[in-house]
Amino acid sequence: MKRSIAPVFWLPFGAGGMLAALIGPALVLLTGLAAPTGIGLTNNFMSFARAMAFAQHPLGKLILFIVIVLFIWHGAERIYLTLRDMHAGAKFSLMWICYGTAGVLTLITIGALATIGS
Amino acid sequence: MSRSRPYIRPVETLWWARSPYLAYTLREATGVAVLGYALVLLAGVVCLATGERAYDVWLDFLKSPWSLSLHVLFLIGMIAHTWTWFRILPKTMPRLVIGGRILPQIRITAGGVAVAAASFILIVFVAVWTQP
Repeated sequence: MKRSIAPVFWLPFGAGGMLAALIGPALVLLTGLAAPTGIGLTNNFMSFARAMAFAQHPLGKLILFIVIVLFIWHGAERIYLTLRDMHAGAKFSLMWICYGTAGVLTLITIGALATIGS
Repeated sequence: MSRSRPYIRPVETLWWARSPYLAYTLREATGVAVLGYALVLLAGVVCLATGERAYDVWLDFLKSPWSLSLHVLFLIGMIAHTWTWFRILPKTMPRLVIGGRILPQIRITAGGVAVAAASFILIVFVAVWTQP
């Protein structure tokens, strides 16, 4: 019997979905709205020194990696399934576009976090 | 040789833009917000790895009206995602039996939303409390 490879993509989809449901709204509010406008947070909240210290710490690096990569794979899976249901293209080309993009972005994330060092 | 030609029911091209499928499409569209926010964070990490000047460009972008409007949309998408995620959760997991009774789906949804709300408050509190 030919096995489907779909379950491989369900794990990051589910993990990313749960993570986004639990911490997504707070993260968007803090980094995207409160910090840039200075409402509720100081200008130093995401200063270069502070962001660098966070990204250099092993735990901070791990958090950044998990959040970015799982969010990417969650979004990619949803977009792939929806485009497939919309008959926006051949199944395998949609798969390659969505998962391929997510894979490339994952490598960029690893590269950037590695460049930041410790 | 006769080839089998199964009947394929015609489907409207824009079926996903019409009720009742629109609710499904909007729910799936929250994935775009989740991915979009991840891209903003990734851009920040790449700028951080590049250097202080690049990082400042990213910070300035975050202050632009474009970015602020985008993040308002992301926030709406994320909140919609949280709500719909915990609506789907009881349908995708094995039934929970507590004391010989099946836990109703709405209780699982309510529990998930409550945990998400607690997490939201905790993260905002920690962020404000620990800032310099």
